Amino acid sequence: MRKVAVVGAGMTKFVRRALETGKELSWQAARMALESCELTIDDIDAVCLGTAPDSFDGVHMNGEYLSDGSGAWRKPFMRSYVGGGTGVFVPIQGWYHVASGLFDIVLVVAEEKMSSYYPHAQAAFLTIFDHTTERPLKPNLLWIFALEMNRYMQTYGITKAEIAHVAVKNKRNAADHPCALLGDPNLTVEDVLNSEVLAWPVNRLDVSPVSDGAVAVVLAVEHVATRITDKPVWIEGVGWNLDTAHWTNRDLAYPRYVEFAARMAYEMAGIKEPRREIHIVEPYDPFDYKELHHLEGLLLADRGKAPQMVVDGVTQRDGDLPVCPSGGLLGVGNPIAAAGLMKIAEIFWQLRGEAGARQVPGQPKRGLAQAWGDLMQVGTVVIMGR
Amino acid sequence: MSDQIAVYPGTSLSEDDILEGKVLSIHDKLDGRYAWDTGIAIGQYLAGLKEGLILGAYCATCRKTVVPPRIVCEWCFRPMTRYVPLKDTGTVNTFSLCYVTWDVKRIKKPEIPAVIEIDGASPLHGILHKVGEIDPSEVHVGMRVKAVWKPPAEREGAITDIICFTKLNTEV
Amino acid sequence: MHDRVAIIGVGWSGFRPVTPELSYKELIYEAAVKAYADANLDPRKDIESFVTVAEDFYEGTSIFDEYTPDQLGAVLKPVHTIGGDGLHGLATACMLILTGQFSVVAVEGHSKASNVKTLPQVIGYAQDPILNRPLRFNNHFIPGLDMNRYLFDTGTSLEQCASVIVKNRRNALVNPSAPYGADLTLEDVLSGEPTAWPLNSHQIAHHADGAIVIVLASADRVHSFTDKPVWVTGVGWCNDSPALENREWGEAIYAREAARMAFRQAGMLNPGRAIDFVEVDDVYGYKELQSLEAMGFFRRGEAGKATEEGFTHPDGELPVNVSGGSQGFGDLLDANGLARALEVVLQLRGEAGPRQLESVSTGLAQSWRGVPSASGAVVIMSGE
Repeated sequence: MRKVAVVGAGMTKFVRRALETGKELSWQAARMALESCELTIDDIDAVCLGTAPDSFDGVHMNGEYLSDGSGAWRKPFMRSYVGGGTGVFVPIQGWYHVASGLFDIVLVVAEEKMSSYYPHAQAAFLTIFDHTTERPLKPNLLWIFALEMNRYMQTYGITKAEIAHVAVKNKRNAADHPCALLGDPNLTVEDVLNSEVLAWPVNRLDVSPVSDGAVAVVLAVEHVATRITDKPVWIEGVGWNLDTAHWTNRDLAYPRYVEFAARMAYEMAGIKEPRREIHIVEPYDPFDYKELHHLEGLLLADRGKAPQMVVDGVTQRDGDLPVCPSGGLLGVGNPIAAAGLMKIAEIFWQLRGEAGARQVPGQPKRGLAQAWGDLMQVGTVVIMGR
Repeated sequence: MSDQIAVYPGTSLSEDDILEGKVLSIHDKLDGRYAWDTGIAIGQYLAGLKEGLILGAYCATCRKTVVPPRIVCEWCFRPMTRYVPLKDTGTVNTFSLCYVTWDVKRIKKPEIPAVIEIDGASPLHGILHKVGEIDPSEVHVGMRVKAVWKPPAEREGAITDIICFTKLNTEV
Repeated sequence: MHDRVAIIGVGWSGFRPVTPELSYKELIYEAAVKAYADANLDPRKDIESFVTVAEDFYEGTSIFDEYTPDQLGAVLKPVHTIGGDGLHGLATACMLILTGQFSVVAVEGHSKASNVKTLPQVIGYAQDPILNRPLRFNNHFIPGLDMNRYLFDTGTSLEQCASVIVKNRRNALVNPSAPYGADLTLEDVLSGEPTAWPLNSHQIAHHADGAIVIVLASADRVHSFTDKPVWVTGVGWCNDSPALENREWGEAIYAREAARMAFRQAGMLNPGRAIDFVEVDDVYGYKELQSLEAMGFFRRGEAGKATEEGFTHPDGELPVNVSGGSQGFGDLLDANGLARALEVVLQLRGEAGPRQLESVSTGLAQSWRGVPSASGAVVIMSGE
């Protein structure tokens, strides 16, 4: 099988409301990614784009609309889509473009401009629910997270205070990220617990809000990658998995679809003991409890035991298993698809020793990025290594 | 190379920049209207709701009863043709107290969404609905609830034919 | 061995202007059951990955990929959705198999156009919201502009474009799956009310509902499922400028580039000779001519004449849209490409009944994503 590496990356700031249009955000990220490995758009054989629901932008076939900003003029172009999992799926899409033998160098772009939706992007999420059996109840995006968080807490006896440690860790980590929207070096657990209740058990500071931003990476096949850079970061394993749409017929306490995706990736990467072999983890953290939920699904913590890891400091940047050294979605921001690809870019920079103030010590060799989405349904996992 | 980049693009605007016209903007409203065919399974489900009945479906191969009914069992891929009347009582699997509406308005009295496992369906098989007619502080995981129906004349064959679920009184 | 991919099963449900008795999930289930029976497999055991094509606004649901797995037998499997035409989905399935990680992959596309009450508005929302939408033109203005320039550049006549419609709708009469078969004359087609001149109402395909599922496998697994594999020998896809202001009007450059990529993979230096029949986009009648020329089957301005002379009729040298095309099947939104691929498969297997072409071994399917995009894909298939 052809080996594929990430050879370049770029990203825009994540902001609540960007002046730049979706096309401009995509272009900025793509341009930076190309510059980072001294390539031009002519070197790119194909483009893959990830962007979440069209309803935010109010543009049907949004992928087509953004294709020129993403560099796809007169090139093979496809947009992939797995809801919130898209940010970590689109590099998988890039991976199969290259690993299939059809293309040697692929540009992968993830863009989100949620602020176009007026007055608040959250309202767009009404339409993700089943049109006949659920939408008439006027459900809210917060509902599904709150329902899942409550089930998770109830099942394992986890407290809000334990969960709040994740928000504190990530927002503090994000203070070192130049693109972060929500970095806060002084945040405390009390701040999180005292913030306004949105949908109990979810408080305002447990959530990463809507943002705009774009990220891009360049993927290349082995013999080309080694000519572009002396520090290629290899894609060692990929996995993705989608559970049933009937989310009310499942136990929300455990994300089994994340486990299935992780197993697929671990097998491909030849990893037998993930807790020892993975040095950095960037799980998807749109809400703080999700980081814990996903660590368990990724088999990096026993079920119900992830909170103890964060309380004990194991998941700090200098801990035994750094989790979200970037600051994650809670700290950097949540432009849905771009946030997932941000995690891939973070692992890329971390493994090359280029993460600046966020650098995890000890020369980490292997990292895992994971995203999640749909109705608590999809897990996407990428394992990268030097 | 993250620590080798000095400037990151992305210009932040505030709500006021747009409202005060500092930045030009265009507003448009999307007219997307749909009439989704309910099909066989959900058609039956809605017809059942109109009659004050919650229907499930039974898969003989997997020996499980699911709700809402569908024509195919997603586990074994065999067709499900047996509809099973379920009770209109159930158990709260999880719930939330939501103080924000779907279009981000703050409300004082919380909406209480819940996943309610319906009696007669297999364990962990439930539907999304609201808990109501109850003090929010009383709601808990594992609570027994019963559907509150609209009067028959007002029912349309919709999930809203059930107004909400409320505490099931176990005393007769 | 994963260096070759074949289609091992096809199934479809439809195609009809309305399908009120089935929800989209049930429509897809029907197509899936047929495809899996055709391929002799159990999706829960044998299919390793699934690819669907869909767009939220066609469905009226955001994050529509949530609702894809159950009716395909894809629960707790690697499933993803591509915002593209069915041929983009087929190309994706090929890529997945060629990586060596997957041996059997299924592709699904569908249309429930009848459920979209404001379909013209929804399609209009694909136009640039700042520069184009405020003009509030009916969507057909875009192919109208393109057709006018095409006629001007190539000297093709309105009658020649109309002859495409006559041919395809007549072809549809012998296709039991096609709802829009009709025996029209040139006058019938030309006398329709103008919509966006030079387009009139008869030159625009009506919409239809339906679902199509196609299953593919790697070369080493093919023979455990079927003894009539249809090999995918080339795939290509390309995006031209989405911005109307940057287009070169009159030419289907996306089709030219997509075809070029596919021909290269198939090792074809002279596609006109190597390909026996084609199924191409004809949602707007002139598009058939424009696409054929873009792909190199005819020189600029010759496709119209060839159609008039019967060259592309079922009994001609290069049968085009013997299925009836989108004119006959109905515009199936993003499933159009799969409908074109479906016909190629049936012809190559000798299963096309009264439409069966004689001694065909290689066919090509091409699609366009529709107004206002400049995006399309090509798949070349061979019976040997």
